[in-house]
Amino acid sequence: MSRSPGRKQENHKISRELFVLTYGALVAQLCKDYEKDEDVNACLDRMGYSIGIRLIDDFLARSAVKRCRSYSETADMIAQVAFKMYLGVTPSVSCSSATGNEFSLILDKNPLVDFVEELPAERASLCYCNLLCGVIRGALEMVHLAAEVTFLQDRLKGDAVTEIGITFLRKPEDRKHRR
Amino acid sequence: SVAELQARLARLGHHVGLRALDALVARERPGRRETKVLGVLLFVKGPLWRALFGREADKLEQANDDDRTFYVIEREPVVNTFVSVPRENSSLNCAAFAAGLLEAVLGAAGFPARVSAHWHKGTTLMIKFDEAVIARDKSLEGR
Repeated sequence: MSRSPGRKQENHKISRELFVLTYGALVAQLCKDYEKDEDVNACLDRMGYSIGIRLIDDFLARSAVKRCRSYSETADMIAQVAFKMYLGVTPSVSCSSATGNEFSLILDKNPLVDFVEELPAERASLCYCNLLCGVIRGALEMVHLAAEVTFLQDRLKGDAVTEIGITFLRKPEDRKHRR
Repeated sequence: SVAELQARLARLGHHVGLRALDALVARERPGRRETKVLGVLLFVKGPLWRALFGREADKLEQANDDDRTFYVIEREPVVNTFVSVPRENSSLNCAAFAAGLLEAVLGAAGFPARVSAHWHKGTTLMIKFDEAVIARDKSLEGR
């Protein structure tokens, strides 16, 4: 990789395998540290949150996107730009409520579980990729959008696809008054 | 404490290194396994580092007085990119993760060693091979 002088940002690319294996090592270590699945999930979510609040700066700097004017634009941005930039996959977005503030991202390929065959029997309710939920929640909070992010379906638990649900917590009308 | 944190990072790196090695060797050097110390070190500095971090390690050096000790030097390891160390823990070097990774890789490749991370010329990973490894290497050279 050559570096041209005068480039403001350095694109540090590491191997995908290294990233996926490191995430796996992290989850394995957490499983050793905590007995209950809920604790591991909470810890992953917290870590994801710390990452998300910092990642949003990197994302905004690199993608130079304009401000999103609606929740559905935001959800599309997360799926088509952010996921593509950081994980190399593009989940599909669907809106699952009449009020327009609940969306789900459906991932048919999840790079984080490349080397995971199945969850061990004693860890049946572990949300392996819960870090992603924390990242999305943290990033959204830094742009003043409170949201709840959880896994609705998980391939590792036997569902057909992996689905992340994002529920924006303020009513859509409020956005018009924000300047 | 700093030593504990570094030990945990090294353990995580160990976990990763064990799994990363086979895939990497199969891709980079199909059919040939490194049997000499220098060979495996050059493999580490070049192909391994490039596959993992996107660039080669900056320097590979041998200690002047000790033929068991080698240094892999990197001015700015990728692992430390977003890490800011508070002053009270200033001796913590998160490249301990890379050290654990390297230790697992060398061990699984048949060159057991101890690897530690130090703040020296940037970040230096100090590799100390077991006596048996050096003795074996010398006898191979003699043939």
